Formats: sequence, structure tokens, C-alpha cells
Amino acid sequence: MNSPALFNYTLRLADSSLVLAQRLCEWTSVGPFLEEDLALTNIALDIFGRARHLYEYAARLENKGRSEDDLAFLRNDRDYLNCLICEQPNGDYAQTMIRQAMVDCFDLYYYTELAKSKDETLAGIAAKSIKEITYHKRHSFSWVMRFGNGTDESHTRAQNALNELWRFTGEWFERTEDEDNLVNQSIAVDVTAIHPKWEKEITELFMQANLSIPSKVFMQTGGRKGLHTEHLAYLLLEMQALPRMLPNAKW
Amino acid sequence: MDILNFENIFEGKLSRNEMIEPKDWMPENYRKHLIRQISQHAHSEIVGMLPEGNWISRAPSLRAKLVLMAKVQDEGGHGLYLYTAAESLGTSRDEMLDALHTGKAKYSSIFNYPTLSWADIGTIGWLVDGAAIMNQVMLQRSSYGPYSRAMIRICKEESFHQRQGYEIMTKMAFGTPEQKEMAQDALNRWWYPTLMMFGPPDVESPNSDNAIKWRIKRETNDQLRQRFVNQTVEQAEYLNLTIPDKNLKWNEAKKGYDFSEPNWAEFKNVISGNGPCNKERLDKRRQAHQDGEWVRAAATAYAKKQNESYQAA
Repeated sequence: MNSPALFNYTLRLADSSLVLAQRLCEWTSVGPFLEEDLALTNIALDIFGRARHLYEYAARLENKGRSEDDLAFLRNDRDYLNCLICEQPNGDYAQTMIRQAMVDCFDLYYYTELAKSKDETLAGIAAKSIKEITYHKRHSFSWVMRFGNGTDESHTRAQNALNELWRFTGEWFERTEDEDNLVNQSIAVDVTAIHPKWEKEITELFMQANLSIPSKVFMQTGGRKGLHTEHLAYLLLEMQALPRMLPNAKW
Repeated sequence: MDILNFENIFEGKLSRNEMIEPKDWMPENYRKHLIRQISQHAHSEIVGMLPEGNWISRAPSLRAKLVLMAKVQDEGGHGLYLYTAAESLGTSRDEMLDALHTGKAKYSSIFNYPTLSWADIGTIGWLVDGAAIMNQVMLQRSSYGPYSRAMIRICKEESFHQRQGYEIMTKMAFGTPEQKEMAQDALNRWWYPTLMMFGPPDVESPNSDNAIKWRIKRETNDQLRQRFVNQTVEQAEYLNLTIPDKNLKWNEAKKGYDFSEPNWAEFKNVISGNGPCNKERLDKRRQAHQDGEWVRAAATAYAKKQNESYQAA
């Protein structure tokens, strides 16, 4: 078993989940209406829950005495391996939902594959996530439909969001050398195989929502190397403030 | 049947401890009192999400974050049941929200105090939710059916919240010196505002008489406040924290503690809009509602289009 590579792989999945959920929970208590506030908080809770399972497993794989919380709260932005799309600011509700729809669509393919992993722990976490993501996707897809086909204003906002975020979707489908070994061992997901499926489904959604995918967009990348947009450092600074301030405290 | 007969039926139900349901006749002042009380309670839940929401992004562990989010979500759920209960009396969510946003409707003044440290999140669960439960337990048997049923569910969840708050306080009070200091500081700041949650002293409370007759309230403000103090002193002792009251002393004759009254001038000042966070809380609620306007409009427009194409097909 290639443990450092597996640790990194698990950490990457954990980081993406945590950073996205941290963004989503910014909406809690200030959602567009009460029912939606509750729904989005639920989604954020699911994704935090997944992050927690993944960090627990990463901590076990690393076996250096670091806990799930150490991994989440005591690493710097340059050590965070999440995808760039997860750290992008929420913007308006259209931006949050366009991001969420693209992520949910990707995650559903991804975790469906991961549920078949030879690594039983990852497969177990993924199997549990599939049900949740299926619900999240129904939620975000229906908001994309509402925004795209709702009012002129909602359409404009949704189109702007798509223009803003599309450039962060290419990164998902890159493969690293580290990962190639894990893919060959049927542990990691082969992202190149899910790329066409994702693209087909998301294109259909945007077509139905009367939104156009921007053309000739240069795809941004870097998350896997810990090279992030400027937003991540702020997000972590806030999230990690208390454990960093009192490193000996137990919470 | 004339009004007098309706009134007899209503009084009869009250005296037999039966529930009044939405379709039953009820006196206009009963309806008004309930709409005011239930909507105020709903607003308190919604505004109450803000001071705690303030710490979600900074909760110091993954577990603490999940617990706090679930708690804030529960508060939102409570708001939802309560708005629905109030709607059964013939008002609408829009009307109620409008009253909140224009400052016509009140909400619990406690949420006009700031949450300055993580220990405040523990203290809110321990003291504020503890006081809320004491106020609310009697509402489970309130005469108005939908309110009573909503309160049964709410009280169950609130007692979880109180335990969660106390758990945070335990960790802080037995933690590092800095954590303990935060815990004591939070208790110092929240103690008197919590005592104010039971409302003004009985001699000055204008709404209590009818409320007790209608079984919307079962004990007076002062009785509840006394019970709360009696219960809380021991909990603070266990934590080795000091309640910020030099006059706190066991009184054998009344089998309860003597304690200092909160500063009622401050209470009136906060209620009339001058608390440390009145402006922030209302501004944030208004802003969220305003920012959500186009989202709600898009949902409505889309539903209408769907409906039309469904009918055309």
C-alpha cells in the first residue's frame, strides 16, 4: 500500500469538502428565506460530516498523532489541497447555486466511482455520501433552472456566475503522477473517465436553464499543489483563529 | 348563537383545560394577544440565529462546528413552526416579517447583546436556553392547540441545546487559564441580561393577568426568575465559576436564593432599541430579506411558468 500517496489523496478530498462547507455555512441565518436557509445549512452539514470522516481516516493513515482537528485547523493555506472552485466566495445566491450545481454533478459521478474503491474505508465514506449528494444535486439543479428561467434579473445573475466560475472546472479532471498509481490499484477515481459524463450532464442542465457556457476560457489550476486563489488564506485565517490563538486548549 | 354563547363555549373549554383550535371562536383580544406572543417568539428564534451564527465560521473544532450549525438550524426550524402557528390565527408571514423589519414587532431583547468569545456560545446554551426552557415549559400546556403542539417539540430540542451549552462551558471552565477566563467573562456579561428574560417584576408586568387566565402563561415573571436562579447557582458552582452578584445568598426561610435585581433601566433601554446590537441585528435581518427578494421573485416566476405550461399541455 502506497500510504503517503493515499494520505495525500484522502486529505485532498477532505480539504475540498471542508472548504466548500465552510463557504456554504456563511449563508446560515442570512439565507434568502427561512426554508432555504434550513435546506442549505443541511447541505453544509452533510459536507462537513463527510470532511470529518475523511480527516479521521487521513489522520489514521498518517499515523503521526495528528487528529482530524489538527489537520483541519493547524495547516496553512499552502498545505491545503482543495480544488479552487470550493474556496471561491459565495457571491450572490446565483453564484452559490451555480457553483453548487457544478460541484454536486461532479461529486455524484466521483463518489459513485469511489464507492467501488478497493480501499474499504474510502468506499464506505463514498457510499454514504452518494445518497446525500443525490439530494444536494436535486436541490442545486432546481435552483439553476429557476434562476435561468425565472426573471430577467435572476437569469443575468446566473449567467454572470457561470461566466465567473467556469474557469475553475478544468482542474477537477487533471491527473497527477501520485494519483496514477492509486488509479492503477483501483483505489482512486479515474477523473478522465468521468469528464465526458460530467460535461454532458452539466451542458444539458445549462441548456435547459437557458444559460451559455462561456467559450475559450482558460482553465485555472493549482489547488493540488497548494497554490490557491487569494480567497483561501482569509477563509482559513477566520476558521482557524481560535485553535491557533490557544494551541494548548481542548474544545 | 350570539357572542355571549360563543364566549360561554370558549370559557367552558378553558375551564375544562381543553384546547382552543384555529377554527374555534375566540375573543378578539385572545387572538391578538396570541398573534403578538407567537410572532414575537418566532422573531426571537430568527433573530437569535444571528448571535450564534456569528461563531459558526470560527467554531474551534469540527465537532463543535457541526453541533453549533445543527443548533442554529433548529432555531430556524422553531421559527418556522411558530410562524405557521401564528398564521393559523389569520396573519401572514409577510405581515409578521414586515412588522419585524419596521421595528413594530419585538423580539427577545437578549439577542441584542454581542457574542464576543466562544464561551458566549456556551453561555447562550446554558443560561439563555435554560431561561427560555423555563419560560416555555408551561407553554406546552397553553390553551391554543397549534402553539401548544409547537412548544412540545421546541422544548425537547431546547433541552438538548442547554446540555450542549453546558458541555462547552465545562470544557472552557476546566480548560486552560485563558479558557476559564473567557468562561467567567461570558458569565459576567450574560447573567443579568438572562435574568431580564423573565420580564419585568410582577408589579410592573402589564400582560400577565389575561395570559394566566388564558393558560398562555402559568407562572409569574418573578416566580420563574426565582426558580431559574435556584437552579443555576449549583451549576455555576460545579463549574467553579462565580455568579457576578455579591448579594447572592441562600435564604432558608423561602428555600431559595436572594439575589440582586437586574438593572431595569438597562432593560427598558434595550427594549426601546438602544442595546449594543439592536441596530446590527435588525439591519442584518433586513439586509438578508432584501438580498433574498430577487431569489424569491425568481422562484415565484418560474413556478408560474411551470404551472402555465402544465396547464397548456
